[in-house]
Order: sequence, then C-alpha cells, then structure tokens
Amino acid sequence: MSGQAKKKIVKEIKVDVEKCIGCRACEVACSGFHASPKYSSFNPARSRIRVVLDLPSDVYVPLRAGEYTAAECTGRQTFRINGKNYSECSFCPASCPSRDLFKEPDSGLPLKCDMCEDEKIPMCVQVCRPGALTYEEREEERDDEPTPGEVEIGLQALLHRHGAQKVKDTFARLSQGE
Amino acid sequence: MRYAETGFDLEVDLTRGNIERVATAPELTALHLGGEGAAAKELWDRVPPEVDPFSPRNLLIFSAGLLHGTPVPGANRTCVSTISPQTNLYVTSGFTGFFGPELKHAGYDRIIIRGKSPSPVYLHIRNDKVELRDATHLVGKSALETSALIKDEMKEAKLQVAAIGLAGENRVCQATIDHANTSASRGVGVVMGDKGLKAIAVRGTKDINVARPAELFERCNAMYQEIYDNPRCGDAFLSEADDSWQVKNIAAAGGALGGVKGFWTKELQDEWTVRVESEHMHFQWENYSQQMEEVHETVVDESKRLRGTGCFNCTKNCHEAVYLPGQRQYFLKSYSKLAYATAAYADLKINYDVLFGMQEYGLDESATLQAVSFALELRQAGILTDAELPDFPADGPGRCGYLLEKIATRQGIGDALADGVHLAAARIGKGAEAFDRSVKKIEQLPLNEEQLDYPHFLMYATGAKMGITQIEGSFPQFPIADKQQRAAFVAAWDAAPERFKIWFLEWEPGAQLPVEAAVDIADWNEAMHSADDAIGICPLLSSFRGQFGGRPPYHLHNLPAFITLATGLELDAEGLLEIAKRNRLLVRAINARRGVTRGDEQAPAGLYGKGEPETEQRLLDAYYAFRGWNGDGVPSAETLDGLGLRYVREDLAQRGILK
Repeated sequence: MSGQAKKKIVKEIKVDVEKCIGCRACEVACSGFHASPKYSSFNPARSRIRVVLDLPSDVYVPLRAGEYTAAECTGRQTFRINGKNYSECSFCPASCPSRDLFKEPDSGLPLKCDMCEDEKIPMCVQVCRPGALTYEEREEERDDEPTPGEVEIGLQALLHRHGAQKVKDTFARLSQGE
Repeated sequence: MRYAETGFDLEVDLTRGNIERVATAPELTALHLGGEGAAAKELWDRVPPEVDPFSPRNLLIFSAGLLHGTPVPGANRTCVSTISPQTNLYVTSGFTGFFGPELKHAGYDRIIIRGKSPSPVYLHIRNDKVELRDATHLVGKSALETSALIKDEMKEAKLQVAAIGLAGENRVCQATIDHANTSASRGVGVVMGDKGLKAIAVRGTKDINVARPAELFERCNAMYQEIYDNPRCGDAFLSEADDSWQVKNIAAAGGALGGVKGFWTKELQDEWTVRVESEHMHFQWENYSQQMEEVHETVVDESKRLRGTGCFNCTKNCHEAVYLPGQRQYFLKSYSKLAYATAAYADLKINYDVLFGMQEYGLDESATLQAVSFALELRQAGILTDAELPDFPADGPGRCGYLLEKIATRQGIGDALADGVHLAAARIGKGAEAFDRSVKKIEQLPLNEEQLDYPHFLMYATGAKMGITQIEGSFPQFPIADKQQRAAFVAAWDAAPERFKIWFLEWEPGAQLPVEAAVDIADWNEAMHSADDAIGICPLLSSFRGQFGGRPPYHLHNLPAFITLATGLELDAEGLLEIAKRNRLLVRAINARRGVTRGDEQAPAGLYGKGEPETEQRLLDAYYAFRGWNGDGVPSAETLDGLGLRYVREDLAQRGILK
C-alpha cells in the first residue's frame, strides 16, 4: 500500500466572521450535546466552540477547540484586518496555559472539538441560523506513506548519535526498575 | 436536584459589606416561577410602604428568568425591580443581552441588594467568589467604558457587566442600567446610583440542569429556525421602512412644536447619519517637474451601521452596532427609531450623535427625550427663558446635546428635569404643569389618537408596568378590513384563546371593541408580559410581538411546554395565566399599599380627541370587576385568597386599605 494515494474525508466548519451576531447559540448547543446524558445540562464554559467577542471593536470570531498545548507561544502577533484589531489568540484554537478557553471549568482538563461524531452536521452549525458557521465535507487525496511516530523519531536520533549498543544497555538498565 | 434554576439568591448588604448565598424555597417556584414574579414577592415581604425609595432599606433586585441558562432560545431578559423614587411605586424594567444567563451559571437566580455603600463600589461575582470592589476610578465613566475597564482589571474578557453612567451616579430619574448592547429604563438606574453601586460584573462556569433533556432540546433546535425566519419578531421597527403610523401618532410631548416632518424615508435615513469632513494636505511631486505640489483632500468620516448583533442564545439581530466619526462606537438600542418618531419635530432633531450622547451618560431614550421636548415646549411658551437656558444652541441636535448634559449632571435647569417631567413641572411652576402628560408621575408614550381606544385607555390607566409599550402586544392594535384576510389571520392565530378570535373576527374598522372584550384584551396583554418576565423570555419574541401578524414564536399555548420540559413543573396555559395573575396581584397590592387609588388611573392628557370621562369610568368599573378588584381598585379578599395570597389580604386589611 505504501506510496499509494488514498481518499480521506475532511470535515470542515467554515466561519464567516461578518455574519456572526455574537449570540453564542453555538456554545449552548455544544455544551448540551457533550453533557451526559445528552442535553441534560448546559454550560457555555464547557463548550468546545467559543465566540471570541470584543463588542466595542466589532470583533466576533467563533473558534473551535483544537489541540492541547503545554506551552504558550513565545511571542504574540496582532492582525489588523479591515480596520479591526485581532490578536493571534482570536484565531488560535489551542487549549493553552495563556488563557482559560477550552478547559473544563472544574478539572482544567483540555477540551477538544470532535465535530459531534454521531451527528451528521455538528450542533454548533445546526443552530447557527445567521449562517456564520457552515459545514462541508470534502475528499482529499493523501499519500498513504506511513509517518514515523514520536518514539521512532526519537530512537533514530539516539541510535545515530550513540550507537546501538549504548542505547540497548541504557534501555535495559532503565527499564529494570519498571 | 432543581431543574432550570439554581435555588440560590445572592444577598448583598452594601452598608455593611455583607454578602450571603441564601437557599430559596422550591414551593416559591411553583407559585411565582421566578424572575420578576419572585422579585415582586421579595419587595412585598421586605419593603413596607413606610420605606422611602431612597432609604437604605429599599431593595434593588436583579432577577434572572426561570429559563435563563437553559437552551430555550431568547431566554435572556434580566429584570431589575425596585421601588421607584420618581413614583414611590413598584417599578420593574429589564435588559436583554447576556447578564441573566451568566448569573445563573454563576449559581444564582437573583441578586438582592440592600443598604448603601459609603463610597462607590462594584460587585464582582465569579461563581462562589463574590466581592465588593472599590469603584472610585470608574466614577463618571460611561457604562461601556466601565465594562471594558472592569474586564481589564479582572483580566477576564468573559465578564458580563451591568453598569450605570454619570446620570445614575447623579441620581437622575431617567438613568438607565446598561449592559452590553441593551439597557433597563424607567428609572431603575437612579436607585443603583443612590446605593453607590457603579456596576455588577459576573462570570459563571457552572452547569444548569434541565428536567427532560432530549425533548426540550428538540423543541429548542426548531425554535432557533422559527425565530430566525419569523419576520414579525425581534425589533421589526428597525428594519421596517414604513413608520407612517408611528410618526403620525406618536407626538413628542410638545405637539405644538411644528408638526410631523414626514414619514421615514431614505432621505431621513441619510439625515440620521453623522458626517465629519476634515481637510488633509500632503505634498507630492508635480508631474514632469522638480517641484513639490500641495495636494488638498477632503476626508469624510461618516457614521456607519456595522452589524446587527444578537443577545444570548437568540438568532435575531435586534441591536445595531453603529460607528460614529472619531472612532466612537455604540449600540443602537432596540427601538431607537421610536425615539426618532417621538422627536420628529423641527426643534428636536435627533441623530446618531444624540443617541450616542444618551448612551454615554446612561440616559433612557424615551423618558429623556420627553424631558427634552418638555423643556423646548416651555421655552416656546416663554416659561423657560435665556435665564434658565443660558447659551442655548440654535440647532436641534445641539439643543438635545445641551439638555442631555444638563440633565445628566443635574446642572441648572437639568436638576429639575432630572426629577422627571411631572416633578419638574411642579418645581418650575409658572404654568408648566399644563405641559405635563404623565400618569402616576411617570412619562408615557405620547400617542395622539383621534378617539378613545378602550384597550389603550385601560393599559395606560391601570398598567402594572406604567408604560403601554411594556403591556401591549398580544391582541392586534387594528382590525383587518378585508373579511377573508381577517379569517385567514384568525385561522393561523395559535397564540390566542378562542374568545379573542371571535372578537377579532367581528371587529370592523372604525368600530369600538365591546367593553367586555376591551377589559379581557388589556388583561391578556399584561398577563403575557408578566409571564415573560417571570421566565425571562424577550418580549420581542413573545408578549410584544403578537399584535403584528399574530405569529409570535412564543405564546400562551407553547410556553408552558418549554417551562415543563425545562423545569419538570407540570404547567398548562391555564396554569401559566394563574401564576401571571398572582404575580400581577402582588404588584397591584404593593402599589395599593403605597397609595395608588382609582383617582390615579387616568389617560395621559391629550391621548385622544375630546375627553370621555364617563366612558373612562365605565371602563375602569368593568376592568376592576374583571380582575376581581373592588371599586377602589384594590384586589378583593376573595381574589387574594383564591390565589393563595392570604398574607396579602391580611396586611391590606390591617392597614385599612381593604375594607
């Protein structure tokens, strides 16, 4: 199979920031969908989509929770688009230490959008009638070449630097205690 | 577990700085639902008539609605209830936005404020952590700026802030409490200012549970679409081109000011815009020479409508964000065009600049413009002269700006005007009283009608909210001439009980509704507002919006299901009306205890052509009887007992009000 092109479905939520009215219905629906049992409780603080709002500057950006990151960015950028100021955090989906977006309010554990797995269309898109959020699925062709995992990359580097014997010995010694 | 509500009130004593989280009795929810109803109960129990509105013992209550925090779309109107210094009577007003739901997520159904702070403070709530913080650095700031400064200070962009501006601090009776894109009017800001409370900032991250999750959400999901698609809900006035009725029938308090300028047109819309032109000069190389040339350019900075914004969990975009020259931005409040109609006179031309001024000071657009037009009328009549209005500008917007500043700062003539038109007239004297068209000392929507309209009269005269726009809305204001169209309207009119359909079918243009219909209509209209305020639904989706088209997204026949599914409380249309009746009786009793009598229940001067005092009295008799009140307008013992308000009956009897 290696090297062969493979088709993959990419789920995409398109955001039109001009159409957002800042009502946060997406947050309500998301938090309800992920409650257990489903829709039994509501809490925008648990939502995996947040509208980054700055009313006095007319900034409305619905933002979907992405990956967790342990460290915050080294610096910051700001963007000026059509006369409005946005920070890069306005567009960044990460659950990161620099802000309390996308963290469970009780445990602080990161939240991540799962595109509402068993729903055809994610709930945030379903309730967004003004059309700021729309959903699309498209096929992408991907090379199916196996990508090396983190451990593989790390080990390769160690082997290259220290040689097989030393790595083997160290591994044996360290794993004794386990 | 309690569904939809948190079961806790936050009690704040500003005098001692004491803060308590108090559990509430679940039985009260079945009796009053919550929101304004629960607040009226607190005010009845804890603020006897001896308490002056400016006393520390007066309460200021911020109530989230019963359905706030649930997924029910458009459940976001927070009620602010207190005893008004302007009228010495019960007042409740509300703002939409995001505050109520956030308060519920912080773990409280209501904030009950008593006492007075010796220095300006603001209340900061983050779930269980609640503190009073110094606000001296916020004094004089507008509500929007206050909100931004508090968010900065607390490093929390997601705080929801309700604040007063300069007007509230100066105890101006037209002061609003502003939150995000909306504000509460009818003088609740003055009590907040009197208590030394500049703002309340709340952030909540707790869950709100609902009783029947899947069924409730299914209904809600459909409701998002219904609200979005329904052209007859929201602030339809904002986008409607034809305002002919409003402009024709809503007179500024000064009908003598020169008459209506015209209907709302494209040209008037343009006139509303604000332009600032400035000259810019720069140098550039002249063509084909080695000379520098001066280039002059005119740069236009113009007001722009940026976008319609929504309130929490509602797909309607009623609140227009407006850009003004000089990097200023604000939200056109819902029904700003009503302010336009009120002011459609040559002498009182308002534009975005004037509306922005009111927002900056924290002044109510309706009451303030009436005070402004009252002052202009007095000037025209020679009662106010250059002595009282020194350096008075010549142009309309300039005059508005001048008077706004005087009122907000209580300087000069502004000090009298800031007491509201009724008290100002008494203070100014010299015949100014003749220009006062208040009812129960509070300004009324200045309608000019050709003849006495029965339901209109009853709503003006008896309304618990003391403003017809806060009461009207379920029954159409006008008949439909075409019989077929009328029948079609009635066929699709799910919101109405059967008897209203019959009355509407028989209602011919120009004809008066029967008295029995008029009293029932006035009652139904008010009851629906009362229900909305208990559960926290925005009236623009419900009680206010049945009158045009008869298809409000929420109405008497679908609201009970939403309440039942969210709370677990079994409720039908009859049950909802009964609770609304109980809550309204409490308000009536509070006001009766504070001295409202039949004699106070009048139409505003100049409401309709020739006065018909006998008909008015006949209408009042019929309405009192319908509501189960005695001839003095006090709820009878049977009525009170029948709704479980025996304690009210006993109190009224003890005070000799109920004989």
